[in-house]
Amino acid sequence: MKLPDVDYIRPKTLKEALDLLSAHGDDAKLIAGGQSLMPMLAFRLLAPKILIDIGGLSELRGIEITDTGVRLGARTTWHDIERHPSLKTAHPLLAAAIAHVAHYQIRNRGTAGGSLAHCDPVAEFPTMVLTCEAEVVVAGQDGERVMIASDFVLGPMTTALPADEIITAIRFPVWPKARRWGFEEFARRRGDFAMAAAAIFYDLDGEQRAVDPHMGIIGDADGARRLTEVEDLLAGQRITRTLIAEARALAERSTTPSEDIHAPAPYRRALIGTMVERALAASAGINLATAAA
Amino acid sequence: MSRKIDISLTVNGRRHAHAADTRTTFADFLRDDLRLTGTHVGCEHGVCGACTVIVNGEAVRSCLMLAPQADGATVVTIEGLCEPDGELGPLQRAFRKHHALQCGFCTPGILTTAHALLTQEPDADEARIREVLSGNICRCTGYVTIIQAILEARESYRSKASAQS
Repeated sequence: MKLPDVDYIRPKTLKEALDLLSAHGDDAKLIAGGQSLMPMLAFRLLAPKILIDIGGLSELRGIEITDTGVRLGARTTWHDIERHPSLKTAHPLLAAAIAHVAHYQIRNRGTAGGSLAHCDPVAEFPTMVLTCEAEVVVAGQDGERVMIASDFVLGPMTTALPADEIITAIRFPVWPKARRWGFEEFARRRGDFAMAAAAIFYDLDGEQRAVDPHMGIIGDADGARRLTEVEDLLAGQRITRTLIAEARALAERSTTPSEDIHAPAPYRRALIGTMVERALAASAGINLATAAA
Repeated sequence: MSRKIDISLTVNGRRHAHAADTRTTFADFLRDDLRLTGTHVGCEHGVCGACTVIVNGEAVRSCLMLAPQADGATVVTIEGLCEPDGELGPLQRAFRKHHALQCGFCTPGILTTAHALLTQEPDADEARIREVLSGNICRCTGYVTIIQAILEARESYRSKASAQS
């Protein structure tokens, strides 16, 4: 339906935006790409009195790849990420996950910072922030501070971002070239919200054993999370077909997806298991379609 | 409270200076204020793609944008896709030839999406075109003729791109 009655202002500087946020408190909502916020307004799930548009703050947009990792300005769009010439090599897992975010038109406006602040339980970006232990840079009246992912993402649609602060950047730790990874997602239609997804990465030691595995999943009832149960199973092990089968079974035992109009809980649980299995197989270069040798 | 904000923008090559209501989506602004009713409003929450317009070269959903956010923008709507002499453009001709529409409600959004895609990626293959069209819901055609039409129109975008390079 039409939007609720709302005022709008477009600050020219970060300082001005922060002053406006402080002045309006809970009556205000930041808008960047608006690709999650506008539907929330149209459904009347939110009715802020004023929208503060940070679309004019060009310093918040851009991708920097350095020796310490990948830094995404909060206003970086999905298309910025998709079109970046070297992000696919600098952080292949991030690039693979972002390829699943939304549809063409939405990818032109939707932003990384907006997705993280919105924190939809089945969105790819917050899952990547959690899985990769990214750092979230936020600005407030007292300057900038850095929050770690697990302190920032609190649950579905819930973050630790105070009402008077703004996400300015997200920093992903450096990605070693030889790192093994996999990302698998299932949605009924390309670009739709995921029904389930799994992300995995680890490094290999001299004996081809997985070191410090990180696994994140989408599809569990409480939103995106690290699957520490499976991480513990994989740590220090060679990723074989047998271990992948164990990981799949453990993933299914460790998750309690909820039932809704789209699918019953057992189906969703099996889907999470399948995504875990496929992501692990991809990370280890194992073709599940062929019989074990 | 909502209020009016003066904005100026270029739509289909024509400059407009207009007071935009702060609670109005860009889709409604185009239709109700500029009287450009070729842009259709379907779901009003960013799912159907009928309201797609091209803002600064990028296809966007105009229902997910506030009218004041279009201040300073260069915009192309379905009304801007014809040739300068008013004849149908290559995509429109191909859609007519292949019967790529039935009720026509989704067509403006599909044409603007395809125009933005082929302008940016004149070599887009069928898989890419299908992926991009996943953001536009058509309940009549089954998409087969839409894909045929876009693939045919791609040739004129390719020749235009190679003429420019």
